[in-house]
Amino acid sequence: MTEGVDTHTPRVASTEAEPAGGLFQRLAGWMFPGRNLIPAESIAGRALVTVIAIMTFLAALTAGSAVLIYGASQEWSSLVAREMTIQIKPALGRDLEKDTKLAVDIARAHPGIAEVSAYSEKQSAQLLEPWLGPDLDLKELPVPRLVVIKQGEGETPDLAALRQKLAKAVPNAILDNHRLWVERLTTMARALFVAALVVLLLVLVSMVLAVSFATRGAMAGNREIIDVLHFVGAEDRYIAREFQRHFLILGLQGGLAGGLAAVFAFAIVGQLLSAWVASPGGEQVASLFGTFSLGWGGYLAIAVISLAMAILTALASRMAVARRLSGLM
Amino acid sequence: MVRFENVGLRYGMGPETLQDITFTIEPQSFQFLTGPSGAGKTSLLRLMMMALAPTRGFITLFGRETSSLTKDEISAMRRRIGVVFQEFRLLDHLTTYENIALPLLVQGREEATYRAEVMELLQWVGLGDHAHSFPAVMSGGEKQRAAIARALIVQPDLLLADEPTGNVDPALARRLLRLFVELNKSGTSIVIATHDLGLMDQFESAKRLVLADSHLYIYD
Repeated sequence: MTEGVDTHTPRVASTEAEPAGGLFQRLAGWMFPGRNLIPAESIAGRALVTVIAIMTFLAALTAGSAVLIYGASQEWSSLVAREMTIQIKPALGRDLEKDTKLAVDIARAHPGIAEVSAYSEKQSAQLLEPWLGPDLDLKELPVPRLVVIKQGEGETPDLAALRQKLAKAVPNAILDNHRLWVERLTTMARALFVAALVVLLLVLVSMVLAVSFATRGAMAGNREIIDVLHFVGAEDRYIAREFQRHFLILGLQGGLAGGLAAVFAFAIVGQLLSAWVASPGGEQVASLFGTFSLGWGGYLAIAVISLAMAILTALASRMAVARRLSGLM
Repeated sequence: MVRFENVGLRYGMGPETLQDITFTIEPQSFQFLTGPSGAGKTSLLRLMMMALAPTRGFITLFGRETSSLTKDEISAMRRRIGVVFQEFRLLDHLTTYENIALPLLVQGREEATYRAEVMELLQWVGLGDHAHSFPAVMSGGEKQRAAIARALIVQPDLLLADEPTGNVDPALARRLLRLFVELNKSGTSIVIATHDLGLMDQFESAKRLVLADSHLYIYD
């Protein structure tokens, strides 16, 4: 009989019988060392992994979209904020070409202005081509002429003075600094950011609730284990840690699946967009979102969310267990 | 070691299952707890292992009144008590070895420090070849022995056993009783709940606590 002592290699604290999901178990074991006392595999566990994966996917999509929109809006804002337009309307008794040249000279002479370029008649016709068709003769139409002004980097030109000068020399000119557009873009970006934050919060709350319910279910299903652990002297925090480890493994599996799905979703949309960009619709979307590339910031946000979901799952289960255990003897 | 003073126990709004229970369990003592089925033997054991709180009266364990204990203090006290359940209560997803090592595992001990101890006890209760077996494939007697080994592994100050020989043949029952007697000689107080008169007759010098009509009668 004594041979058994040497020939048997006990399984406790060893890794020989680890199932396929051993990577997550090792990771969870590294974070919370000890033996996994809650059975790892169950139908409820698989369902929860799916729920966590879907929640992570939604949260990652929200965060990725927010990063994308924030980046695009910053780009629009900086472009629009540096650019101004002088619009010279045709007026009776005035020479449009002369007025345009005068406006260009005034703008160029004004301090703080780095670049001034007037749209030629041909360029104006090109601008209107999508609406009025090719072979457009602007001479037959009272179309205003545009002068684009770019302010110098870090310069703040005195726009009131420029307006006064223009009003005196070219009364039919209007200076538009796109302030309205910048304000609208900022408001829209903020609204989108708040909306993304609200969606993210809702997803997190839903996940905490789902995990709490799943934990209660797991506790009810493992009541016998909890009782036995209590009788052999396990403290509540030991039992809570066991559940936390169990749910951390589920959270890591779900978080990784959801995060990867979100990365693939962005990659696929990016690919589709680059194929579609040749069309006029595609050009418009590309001008809004650039190449639809998330960049490192976006991928980092998705990775952080995936990990945060796993940690949140573990913490939510621990809190649910602690609440339930406090009511048990 | 254990002191009950006028303890009463009632489940819900029902009648008192246990009434005015007063007794003491001395260190290194051996007693049988007996009585007809449904007399309240298991309830009395559950009071001793702090799985139930008395409806009235006082229970003192290891010098501390149990109603004033915090949960952590209860856990610490339970580490000094070995319990053998009537229905074994082994964890089905753990091997025999893991089940027996469980009390040491929850104490945070490293496996290397107790592996030999657990294997020796497994041999002692005749389960040396079942170290890697799961409870589902073991007989009632084998589970019983694994449950006893789990209670003994911490060398408790107090051992509470609920019908520990109920599922084993007479020869093994005698062997298990000898194990309890040896444990008692090494300093553990033993309480065995049983209605096996044959078992009690094998150790006549043991105190007998008899539960009948919700009251406890003591025969030294």
